[in-house]
Parts: sequence; structure tokens; C-alpha cells
Amino acid sequence: MELILDRWFHIMAGIVWIGLLYYFNFVQAVALPKAKADNTAAGITKHVAPQALLWFRWAALVTWLTGAWYLERSGVGLGAAFMLKGAAAPIGLGAWLGTIMLFNVWVLIWPNQKKVLGIVSADDATKAKSARIAFLASRTNTMLSIPMLFFMVTGSAHGLPRLF
Amino acid sequence: MKNPLDSILGTIISGFVLTAILYVFVVNFLLKA
Repeated sequence: MELILDRWFHIMAGIVWIGLLYYFNFVQAVALPKAKADNTAAGITKHVAPQALLWFRWAALVTWLTGAWYLERSGVGLGAAFMLKGAAAPIGLGAWLGTIMLFNVWVLIWPNQKKVLGIVSADDATKAKSARIAFLASRTNTMLSIPMLFFMVTGSAHGLPRLF
Repeated sequence: MKNPLDSILGTIISGFVLTAILYVFVVNFLLKA
């Protein structure tokens, strides 16, 4: 029962995290330059983005914690997964990708977005640099989410089928 | 050379290419070891 609940929360939190990641990349990043052009960007930067980032960063942490808990308690073993040992290698690779993505969220995206959105003060040059770092970290996470999801759903704890 | 991460399509293609590379690596090196 514990593992069913944990897996359930892991997938729910993962949907919130990756769903918002895709929203930032596929919707907001495309819409924001157009909104800036007609002076309606404040609605996004003041009201939408901070709220989306709140759910985004905490969902990332909950996803990682519930995933780590599941690996440890399901018999795979957190150590075996992160050491990519035997049948734990595929899910371990997914765990590594998720861990890199969590690092990007909390160390690169969130601190730089705080400067971009004016949550902490910064001059224009710093804001421009922060925007580029946050953008590339966000795009990196979008790229990494593709193999991460592949290894999460196909790897499981039972090896990996030969696809080709 | 342009950074593929600057476009959505480049990002998605990079993700699929990386998936294929990692898949081959896992099947041929980690699971056979």
C-alpha cells in the first residue's frame, strides 16, 4: 500500500513538474516576446510566471523525493540505481536524468528567474544574462525529459527490452 | 553553428537523439556487463 501511494504521488507530482516545464517552453517562451511587443507582458511576468514557478519547483522536489523513496523501498535500491548496476541500470539512468533536472530547477532556473521577474533586484545586464541561463537550463530540462521519461516507463526495475 | 536548444524543434530532436544514444549505451554496455 505504501508503495502504491508513493508511486501515485510520484507520477502526480511528475505530471505537474513536467507539464509546467512544457508550458514554459512550448507556450510561455513563445508567447512572451509577442506579449512584450504589445505591452501586455506584465500579466504573464507578474501574475502567471511566479505562480507557475512555485508549483514547478516544489513539484520537482516532491517528484524526486517520492521517486527516491520508491527506488529504495521497492527492492531496486537507491544505491544500485545510481550506480547503474545490472537490471537497475535503465531506471537508474532515468533517476540520474531526473536528478540533473532537479539540480537545474533549483540551482539554475529558479535563482535566475527571480532576477528576471524582479523578485530580487538586478540591473538590466544581469537580468539579460540570467534570462539566458534560465532559458538554456529550461530547454536542457525539456531535452532531458525525453530520455528521462523513456527510461522511467520502459526501464522499470526489470531491465530493458531490445527495441532494435 | 546555432544552438539546437534555441528552437523547440531542435530541443525535441536533441532529446530523441540522446534517448537513442543512451538506449544503445544501456543495452550494450550496462546490461551486458
